[in-house]
Amino acid sequence: MKSLAELQAIRDRMRGQIDLRDSGDDRIRVVVGMATCGIAAGARPVLNALLEEVNKRNLQNVTVSQTGCIGVCRLEPIVEVYVPGQEKVTYVKMTPDKVASIVSEHLVNGRVVEEYTIGAAE
Amino acid sequence: MKEIALHALDIAQNSTAAQANRLDISLSEGEGQISLTIADNGRGMSPQLLAQVSDPFTTTRTTRKMGLGLPLLRMAAEQTGGVMSIDSTEGVGTTVTAVFSAQHIDCPPVGDMGTTITFLLQGNPDLHLCYRHTVNGRHFLLDTDELHAQLGPDISLAEPEVILWIRDYLQEQELLLRENEEMKT
Repeated sequence: MKSLAELQAIRDRMRGQIDLRDSGDDRIRVVVGMATCGIAAGARPVLNALLEEVNKRNLQNVTVSQTGCIGVCRLEPIVEVYVPGQEKVTYVKMTPDKVASIVSEHLVNGRVVEEYTIGAAE
Repeated sequence: MKEIALHALDIAQNSTAAQANRLDISLSEGEGQISLTIADNGRGMSPQLLAQVSDPFTTTRTTRKMGLGLPLLRMAAEQTGGVMSIDSTEGVGTTVTAVFSAQHIDCPPVGDMGTTITFLLQGNPDLHLCYRHTVNGRHFLLDTDELHAQLGPDISLAEPEVILWIRDYLQEQELLLRENEEMKT
């Protein structure tokens, strides 16, 4: 059974890493639409899978965050990827199964997974 | 929305959109009812907005931040013979309460409250959140003050390692709440 005191161990482990993370503008941002439309369409398990995958691979340069309605509710769940210096990529009708390949191909190797993008869906 | 927990995730976002920095979520199960209360200290609503806020059509056109969330919750509660109510005072905050009749065939499952609370904190790591889940008199309480007391001031709750720990911790506690229940019956 977990106890709150375990957080102290996490804190001690992380102290060194925090400095590495704050290295400025070259961070990749991954944003999940979590408004009513996104949540109803299944955004919560997608966000869950994203966090797990990013943590598993220890991707220090990736920030996962949430936003409201992105505006194309019928294509939710939607995940947007912002790589500095590149055009935003919008992945639509996301599922937890699609997350692993987007993380490994796009976030790690820099290759957009075209088949999951809004361009392929429309 | 397939779970009451998903409604909770959705409605709580209204609070953070209304600049709340304090949120109390309580879920209480027992005596044939499931009751969800979300109370914030956000900017609150005017009486005019409050009167319209459960109407999906009026509200989406006047305030984009509301839309379908509250109407869906009201519908889900009323379908079971339950009720939803909203108390709001401008400058003080808003409290949304939804009561479901647990025995009704249309009553959604409570669902994964642990993940709901986790993602509220992931999206709003500075939020002061108290979450209380009561099942037939037994309860579990999470207070973000206690998390910060362990983590210290420098580490955000949204750090992947921290937030995943919180998720697992909550899921474990939720499970314990249910296990205790099953042992009794």
